Amino acid sequence: MTLEQVKQELLGYEGRPIKIMEVCGTHTASIFKNGIRSLLPPGIQLISGPGCPVCVTSSAYIDHLVQYASRENYCILTFGDMMKVKGSRMSLTEAKAAGAKVQVLYSPLTAIKMALEHRATNYIFAAVGFETTAPIYALMMEAIIENNIKNLQLMTSIKSILPALTFLCDNEKEIDAFLCPGHVSVITGSSIYQELSERYRKPFVIAGFEGGHILAAVYEILQQLLRGRPGVKNLYTSAVSEEGNQRAVQLIRRYFEPAPDYWRGIGSLEASGLRLKQEYGSYDAGSSFETREEPLPKGCKCTDVILGRIHPVACPLFRKVCTPMNAVGPCMVSTEGACGIWFKNGN
Amino acid sequence: MCVAVPGKIIEIDGDFAKVDVMNNITSANIKLVDVKLGDYVLIHAGCVIEVIKKDLAEEMLWLFSEIEEAAAPKNDEAIKGDKASKKEV
Amino acid sequence: MQIDMSYGSGGKQTSDLIQEVFLDAFHNKILDRMEDAAVLEVKGKIAYTTDSFVVTPMFFPGGDIGKLAVCGTVNDLSVMGAVPKYLTAGFILEEGVSLETLKRVTASMAKAAKEAKVQIVAGDTKVVEGRGGIYINTSGIGEVIKSGISISNCRAGDLVLLSGNLGEHHAAILSSRMGIENSIHSDCAPLNSMVLKLLEEEIDIHCMRDVTRGGLATVLNEAAEKSGCRIQLTEEALPVSKEVKGFCDILGLDPLYMANEGKLLAVIPEKQAERALNIMKASRYGKNAAVIGRVTEGLSEKQTRGVVMTTALKGTRRIDVLYGEGLPRIC
Repeated sequence: MTLEQVKQELLGYEGRPIKIMEVCGTHTASIFKNGIRSLLPPGIQLISGPGCPVCVTSSAYIDHLVQYASRENYCILTFGDMMKVKGSRMSLTEAKAAGAKVQVLYSPLTAIKMALEHRATNYIFAAVGFETTAPIYALMMEAIIENNIKNLQLMTSIKSILPALTFLCDNEKEIDAFLCPGHVSVITGSSIYQELSERYRKPFVIAGFEGGHILAAVYEILQQLLRGRPGVKNLYTSAVSEEGNQRAVQLIRRYFEPAPDYWRGIGSLEASGLRLKQEYGSYDAGSSFETREEPLPKGCKCTDVILGRIHPVACPLFRKVCTPMNAVGPCMVSTEGACGIWFKNGN
Repeated sequence: MCVAVPGKIIEIDGDFAKVDVMNNITSANIKLVDVKLGDYVLIHAGCVIEVIKKDLAEEMLWLFSEIEEAAAPKNDEAIKGDKASKKEV
Repeated sequence: MQIDMSYGSGGKQTSDLIQEVFLDAFHNKILDRMEDAAVLEVKGKIAYTTDSFVVTPMFFPGGDIGKLAVCGTVNDLSVMGAVPKYLTAGFILEEGVSLETLKRVTASMAKAAKEAKVQIVAGDTKVVEGRGGIYINTSGIGEVIKSGISISNCRAGDLVLLSGNLGEHHAAILSSRMGIENSIHSDCAPLNSMVLKLLEEEIDIHCMRDVTRGGLATVLNEAAEKSGCRIQLTEEALPVSKEVKGFCDILGLDPLYMANEGKLLAVIPEKQAERALNIMKASRYGKNAAVIGRVTEGLSEKQTRGVVMTTALKGTRRIDVLYGEGLPRIC
């Protein structure tokens, strides 16, 4: 089969409307970058899921970071992604403008060097992400302990994708299939989706991030649905194995344990977060695992967007009140947030 | 949710390796995987998270052969008729 | 030797600094007179612009803040159909900057000015507290030789030409900050000779811009909006070097939104496009020039305006302006 044939077949689909959720924000970005939606018929709908750490991180978390950033001798280290997200008062970008110390890093491991070089500064790493990034935080912990570093702590908001998928399967019956996150699956392995796929009889297809990968995965999902044989299919075998990267998984387990965690727009989910184990508590900068419901701004439909119930354009605030320069809800802020991506790429 | 990029290991020094991503050399931690010189790896946030088993072009070829198999009806009650279009769930 | 606050006092040290550094580097008949203002001779309509430069690091592969300060203003004048003639240079120095660094910067400015055939005819220096930084403002005057070039003047049927690879300045600056080794050089360059050539060859340029901060996407959106048209890009035609592409992949960046400092965007009637492309390609900074898209009718509804790209997969993608700062991301 060729890419051309796949495109033809997909465009020719005239069956009942189907909804496929791409869980991962990098997939969402690639779908827009490649113009995938324009290559699909009206009957095949791609909806964006909760796989953008920036979007699902609570505003209380941002508030904590902002608070620390403003303290004497403190410096927040973060990925670029978190800079623009608003807490209840301000974003890290705004805090920085007001004089707080915030530095953007590409790798958590750079933080080790910084902490060793500037002993008088207390560094807090904004440890956000999913399973892909979690082992890197574990490596960071290893290095902190090994080097006896006292001036570097983690503020964690690390999430596991499976509890969110389970929640979606339980509550959002309209989703017909899932395009599974490629790089999370590198760590977890393709097997983690097996049980969900069997229990809910839905396709879970893992794909890479090139446009061709995604089209092939959509086609595979369509075939599974057509034939009534949903299952887990790994189309990213160059990097994803059934068992995943076990060394990474073990390392995560050494330092972190599952805990209930709050997902902005969804609420609190059992065992959906990873927090530092009690014995490493002194390295935790006071990560909050708020389970208290955090109301979204009035009129904000981020919940419905994250759960794939509506497209961003269906939100009454979209483009009228809520824009990337004045983001009301979290989905507008992130480069990966569904609303932000829709705003910038139109449709 | 996670940007990761493929590159080639060109130098190993303890827990770190130099990885070549289209002529950009970046340093990456290699404690999560066993790597050797010349391996193609996936890097995320300054860390190698996996060795890549085949290159992108090769995977793309494999991919389309793989889904072709999926598309071929295995028994009679599967999809009938016009191969190129108009199918229903 | 280091600059301290006394060099901004207006007294002996200030005049020594002017003599030893600025006059030495920039000297020309007008500046050498040391009057309070330069008196200039110009023909006809003039183009007049200003720009400030605050880049860190001050020196980077392919350029430095001085070269940037000259090229930036020269390019802004050029794309308005003007021949750049005179520049002014204002310096804000943070105490602690070494004389040697300052001299390197002014030498680089002088070199760029010589290449662009402009004279630096007036200047100013202030010293502020700080940590050895240099900030430069330049303003410039050019003689307009072709009027009517405007961001509002794209017309349906025109082709969109870009003078070379995208993202190189941004990537060069960010590489050192991010600790990524590569041989990417900033594209920082004066574009006036390329523009002059296009005008001398009577290319009827409708719209012209130098593509800087905000990247190609932002400039094109401005052109589409102001001209009330749609600009249709072809992804495969966009010139991006393999190295910059790899760099962008690592940091999750998009070359469409990255800063350039020596790239010309020209919107030209289709029948002249090939000739214009050849002129660009033959000039020193236009080897990788390409036709990257086309202007089409922007019908009445807003939806049809703006910038749209046909992707390599033959899908369509809408291209918006840059929002906020383009930061490296991991997710």
